Amino acid sequence: MTTATMTVTWTAICSYARLEAERGVAALVDGVQIAIFRTFSGELHAISNRDPIAGAQVMSRGIVGTRGDAPTVASPLHKQVYDLRTGECLDVSGVAVPTYPIRRNGDVVEVAVERP
Amino acid sequence: MKRLVVAGYGMVAQRFLEAFAERAADGWSVTVLAEEDRPAYDRVRLSAWFDDYDAGALHLGGAPHGVAVRLNEAVTGIDRARRVVHSASGETPYDALVLATGSRAFVPPIAGADLPGVFVYRTLDDLAALKDWATAGGRRIGAVLGGGLLGLEAANALKLLGITTHVVEFAPRLMPLQVDEGGGAVLKRHIEALGVAVHTGRGCAGLEGDAGGVRRMLFNDGGSLDVDVVVVAAGIRPRDELAEPSGLVRGPRGGFTVDAACATADPAVWAIGECAALSLDETDGVCYGLVAPGYAMAEVVADRLTGGEATMARPDTSTKLKLLGVDVASFGAPFADGLDVVVTDQVTGVYAKLLLTDDAKTLLGGILVGDASAYPTLRASLGGPLPAPPLALLAPAGDGSAKAELPGTAQVCSCHAVTKDHVTDAIAGGCTDVPGLKACTKAGTGCGSCIPLLKQLLAAGGVVQSKALCEHFTYSRQELFDIIRVRNIRSFTELVTAHGTGRGCDICKPAIASILAAVNNGYILDGEEAALQDTNDHFLANIQRDGTYSVVPRIPGGEITPEKLIVIGEVARDFGLYTKITGGQRIDLFGARVEQLPQIWHRLVDAGFESGHAYGKALRTVKSCVGETWCRYGVQDSVGLAIELELRYRGLRAPHKLKSAVSGCARECAEARSKDFGIIATEKGWNLYVAGNGGFRPRHADLFLTDVTTEELIRTIDRFLMYYVRTADRLQRTAAWLEAMEGGLDHLRAVIVDDALGLCEELDAQMARHVGSYADEWQATLQDPQRLARFVSFVNAPGTPDPDISFEVERGQKIPARGPVPVTLGGAR
Repeated sequence: MTTATMTVTWTAICSYARLEAERGVAALVDGVQIAIFRTFSGELHAISNRDPIAGAQVMSRGIVGTRGDAPTVASPLHKQVYDLRTGECLDVSGVAVPTYPIRRNGDVVEVAVERP
Repeated sequence: MKRLVVAGYGMVAQRFLEAFAERAADGWSVTVLAEEDRPAYDRVRLSAWFDDYDAGALHLGGAPHGVAVRLNEAVTGIDRARRVVHSASGETPYDALVLATGSRAFVPPIAGADLPGVFVYRTLDDLAALKDWATAGGRRIGAVLGGGLLGLEAANALKLLGITTHVVEFAPRLMPLQVDEGGGAVLKRHIEALGVAVHTGRGCAGLEGDAGGVRRMLFNDGGSLDVDVVVVAAGIRPRDELAEPSGLVRGPRGGFTVDAACATADPAVWAIGECAALSLDETDGVCYGLVAPGYAMAEVVADRLTGGEATMARPDTSTKLKLLGVDVASFGAPFADGLDVVVTDQVTGVYAKLLLTDDAKTLLGGILVGDASAYPTLRASLGGPLPAPPLALLAPAGDGSAKAELPGTAQVCSCHAVTKDHVTDAIAGGCTDVPGLKACTKAGTGCGSCIPLLKQLLAAGGVVQSKALCEHFTYSRQELFDIIRVRNIRSFTELVTAHGTGRGCDICKPAIASILAAVNNGYILDGEEAALQDTNDHFLANIQRDGTYSVVPRIPGGEITPEKLIVIGEVARDFGLYTKITGGQRIDLFGARVEQLPQIWHRLVDAGFESGHAYGKALRTVKSCVGETWCRYGVQDSVGLAIELELRYRGLRAPHKLKSAVSGCARECAEARSKDFGIIATEKGWNLYVAGNGGFRPRHADLFLTDVTTEELIRTIDRFLMYYVRTADRLQRTAAWLEAMEGGLDHLRAVIVDDALGLCEELDAQMARHVGSYADEWQATLQDPQRLARFVSFVNAPGTPDPDISFEVERGQKIPARGPVPVTLGGAR
């Protein structure tokens, strides 16, 4: 980013304990729907909740797993699989979902959404 | 609109109608005029009628939509100048006429052939008349005139009817057209071992009897045999009596003469199947009494009528049969001149002969008796080199690597002229199973004899013929089921740690959740199991295209009180849900958001509803007609049985969804034969049909039990379902499961009726556990705050609805807003 006016704000979502391993939840941050996942080993990932192919806000309800080394989620509508780290669709080239920074701050899970 | 008339409605006519419909033959109106009083049935499997006397089981699926079928109305004349055919109801005009009149049984001109008790073996009516006569009492001894293919089938039928059976063949051996002396001798030993007397080299000089029926068969050598019933199976003759009056040319041995396009000299008249005398090259009109060439002719004419230029190749008359339990196969030209390799094993009763060109490089033909397992490979090698040394090919269990070495041009499926190259290309293009290859190449959709070879080619193609479920497990679903059951595994983590890799995916996780549910019973969303479920199981509702869900309360048997109907109406009204009656006799409520589901179900559970499992790979509904309670035709209480079955099997997790129906009489208003298990009431009890399917590839269910009590019915369904749950592949419906099963229906019967594997006690116990531990998933969810906590729209704003969901109104109900059209890519797999 060349413009210096973007700021990153961390928004608290829920307690870490609220997240079940390998089961997503949806969060609403400034009108943006985000799908949040906790993997089996405890890592956190945040991607857009919108299925870019079907257009519905459903990604948080997909099945979490792995493909090779990549942690993944499958769209619950038509089962295309996405890499949780990069948002890249592993079944349809050229398709991806936005990802968001996510962190664990004590017991609280926080997501960063860029805003102007 | 052009008019197509088909004369005759047998197997070849059926294939023609399907092939014609498949080619989108718009602009034609199609009429079939049939002599018999029933639509096409499987004459190749005619003898199967003696297994269960169910003519419906041989039915071939009926005419495609839009075809007018006039049964009991044979074509009696053709006026080619005016292009009309004559029949009992008058004239029917045509622009194209397809003759598919088939054959009749040939009865030699012997004295007494018209006596009562003398039958032919050609139609279902013939078989029914034979059965009535043979079982009328006091009839003990029967003779079959003719030791060919049909004669041996008829001998088997007499044997099944409890008649002491003799086969009389004029030639010096059985099946003289297909096998040589050595093969005939081995075959004779097999047949005699079954208690059938074989008289070869003996002609019949006449039959004696009186008004009470046939009494004696006289032989041309002066001997005689006392008989109570005679079946004449001395061959067939084409039904070509329409030829002469209409000026169509007959072949040298009868039949309508046609060229390679199956056209007669009149461009508007075609002939296909056994009534056609096919004239290719220098040959002079040969009739083929096998179904495969008939099917090929049907395809050629369908293609020609829709603008194509298909022609007939010289038909392959190879056959493989099981006669009285003995495998017999004959292929190519087994009687030509050349070098032969002959194996005769008198101990095991196996005979094999291969005939090669003088340079031993090209396979010309062969004969197999007693063991025909090498048939697919050998037939596909015809006209080319053998893929392995002859003795290696003929050795018992001589399958394996040799088969993959067929040349690419070798014909794998002769019904549809599909070569090995076609099949391997389809495999390379992504076909991974036999149904896929059938859809892609048509191979295996004719006589089906090449299916074992297709399986071998799949295996050789190295496609994911491994039964591995996915990248995380190298085991098949059935193997995983056994591992989980035997090692008492309770969780996915336990399983994937010990027997898999990674953390699973959307393929293995729901499959394993289903196995865990079937083995351990209990609530499906506790602990780790929740994360295994598809969103439908996770929210106990069906996800729709806009991310909302639909709700289907169980309405067992489709029976519902007005009070409960009112509750559904009120819930739909109060939550603004779109309502639609389903095909399974219940009501689907659409457009519910995740956070609304518990509120909706609270109301429904209070009114006495429970989960309908529309979201699960589980029993959906048991549909029913109203039955004898109200219906003047009903013979049993179909609604009562449907409710009993639906309540018994509700919640049973299976490899795929399960559907059922109960009809109260043979009129079959509940469409039970399109279900995984369907029941049709009879005067004496129930008939059970299994492995039917609607959907993507419709299949009529097979008759499995006849006239049984409710108790025996339920015991058998218990075992059928549990055996399916245990052994089917992931997402394999019962129809595909049964079709893939080695041994098919016979094997299934051996396992769940005769208990050949000693499994029944376990299957019964497993079903008893399921029935005993059933609890409604929605009630269990509503009672538990932790479980309810999952039903929120946003974890940080639980009460806020998804702002992207919006509706519009159509025909007075709300439907998902039609925003920008979403990209549809179809299922990823």
